[in-house]
Amino acid sequence: MIEVIMGNHALSYGAMLARAQVIAAYPITPQTQVVELLSEFCADGRLNAKFIKVESEHSAMAACIAASAAGARAFTATSAQGLALMHEELHWAVGARTPVVLGNINRAMAPPWTIWTEQNDSLSQRDVGIMQIYCQDNQEVLDSVILAYKVGEQVLLPTMIVLDAFFLSHTSEPVDVPDQELVDKFLPPYNPPYKLDPDEPHAFGGLTSPDWYFELRYQIEQAMVKAKELIEKAGREFEQLFGRYYGLVDPYRTDDAEIVLVSSATPAATARMVVDKLRENGFKVGNLRIRVFRPFPFEKVIEHLKNAKKIAVLDRNISFGHSGIFYQEVKSALYNQDFHPPIFGYIAGLGGRDITPELIEEIFIETMQKDKPESETIFKGVKL
Amino acid sequence: MKLTIPEEEVMNPGHLACQGCGATLAMRYFLKATGPRVILDFPACCWSVIDGPFPYSAVGVPLFHTAFETAAITASGVRAALDMLGKKDVHVIAWAGDGGTFDIGIQALSGAAERNDNIIYVCYDNEAYMNTGIQRSSATPWGAWTTTTPEKHPKETPKKDLVAIMAAHRIPYIATASIAYPEDFIRKVKKALTIEGCRFFHVYASCPTGWKMRPELAVQVARLAVECKVFPLLEIEDFGEKWRITKKPKGLPVTEYLKIQGRFRHLKEEDIKFIQEIVDREWERLMKKCISE
Repeated sequence: MIEVIMGNHALSYGAMLARAQVIAAYPITPQTQVVELLSEFCADGRLNAKFIKVESEHSAMAACIAASAAGARAFTATSAQGLALMHEELHWAVGARTPVVLGNINRAMAPPWTIWTEQNDSLSQRDVGIMQIYCQDNQEVLDSVILAYKVGEQVLLPTMIVLDAFFLSHTSEPVDVPDQELVDKFLPPYNPPYKLDPDEPHAFGGLTSPDWYFELRYQIEQAMVKAKELIEKAGREFEQLFGRYYGLVDPYRTDDAEIVLVSSATPAATARMVVDKLRENGFKVGNLRIRVFRPFPFEKVIEHLKNAKKIAVLDRNISFGHSGIFYQEVKSALYNQDFHPPIFGYIAGLGGRDITPELIEEIFIETMQKDKPESETIFKGVKL
Repeated sequence: MKLTIPEEEVMNPGHLACQGCGATLAMRYFLKATGPRVILDFPACCWSVIDGPFPYSAVGVPLFHTAFETAAITASGVRAALDMLGKKDVHVIAWAGDGGTFDIGIQALSGAAERNDNIIYVCYDNEAYMNTGIQRSSATPWGAWTTTTPEKHPKETPKKDLVAIMAAHRIPYIATASIAYPEDFIRKVKKALTIEGCRFFHVYASCPTGWKMRPELAVQVARLAVECKVFPLLEIEDFGEKWRITKKPKGLPVTEYLKIQGRFRHLKEEDIKFIQEIVDREWERLMKKCISE
């Protein structure tokens, strides 16, 4: 059934259709509608779940980890400062191998106080071992929650579903809300191989010496690698049932493109429009949206960039003292290849400033005109 | 005399505690009272080591190690899952030290208490960060030596009154207990098991290593803590309303308690007098809250 819903509510619907059993969350702008609607779902019986209204985001994730370790499907959502407060628990969710799903609304970090979108909150969690999926529309947000449980519960890793503050979180779009029956067919109940159970007592997470800690980390990396294959497999299975496919990346007119823009989240949709316009004017350009950031889709990125003469990367984030984070990742993916097109790293839209079609067109034109980038970071639209 | 302590052991031998560890005795008695249908969680504390290194575990029941500040919420999360899975006969226990309870974990504990989550929270109190090497916590008493309150500058504030803080949350059951009074402890645990909601135990757990005393004094010092009115044994029922002393102390002078512990050895006569004043004042304050028997 098609409903017109905001991105935040798409997360709530996703959690409901996935039959999340334990929800724990703490309010933060711009995430609040996610948990408000889930509270209503729980209160009116549309969702049979325990909702723990915790006193912090740290506790929200801790509750989800504990619930997941005891055998329940767990969901939470947060943003920015809340995600930063969760940081320790994100490590815990990964190490404890609990497939919690976390919705994160990309919001810039304070100070100064701000509520608008930027990716530094989620990208600061790059190395904890949580899977990260960047969505471009509300349909993808809803579908990604269901897909995240499907894959996460097979590899026993948590997943973060990421959506832009306001551009998705508060923007209403028509969304096909799938039938529960069909979702149940796609997503079996959560049944972890090990759980907290007095009939089979185990200790989880006890003191581990260098004799075994290494192996446990190795297994997490193996799970990440396995997840890449499972994300595409689940995407194909999902397509058969629901008619929509989601893979690791989302290429657009890249096959014969001389210049490919690598983008993520909502600016990717704007970029596709610009690609069409430039194509009409005879420019061979394309866009590669990175949907899954962790595990990083090396093979797909290489495949779609190997014929490009030049590459531009659009980052709504920055690793201070280095460069845009997607830019770094794309560069590193290509380093061991035998083709080395110049890669331009553009920083734009920090703190929620609009990334307009004009700005993306300017990025394409600049990349066409220059032989190679003059620096590691090219800021677009700075007023200073 | 017939003892009422259950003979069955849930906890296994072979743990990694120091000699004379009160925290270990506390666990042994606690599990005798609950039996094996429990799930435990430990934040960072002595018990994260005592239980044994991977793949060993001494407690004999399911155990989830959790981050320092998350003992209470982890129990709440497990409880929520068990409720969803229909496992009503299993009790969920947060088992934390004083650092994880009085200090870094008090936010999550307050949250769980305010929500009246259906868990049992046990703080085994050895009055400092013992697992990290005897640093002061807000449970460390006035005047005590620790590695961060050296003899030339011992702790200058009294112990935080956590029981009063918990009583202010109006939870259904609160008790203090001591390893020197196992029957009192076990009776209270068994009572707590029959009550729904957030239940809180403050258990005195002597630490010969951190208190600089001989291991064989662990139980004696715990007994003296009660008899000198330093650690009153009480229970609070009816959502913070009904306070009751469960062991009337002899009221021995506090010096009897202090003199067997090296952590108080530097104290002068006037310091001991000051501690006696703190103890007497706290006892009077407590008596005003307690119902007379």
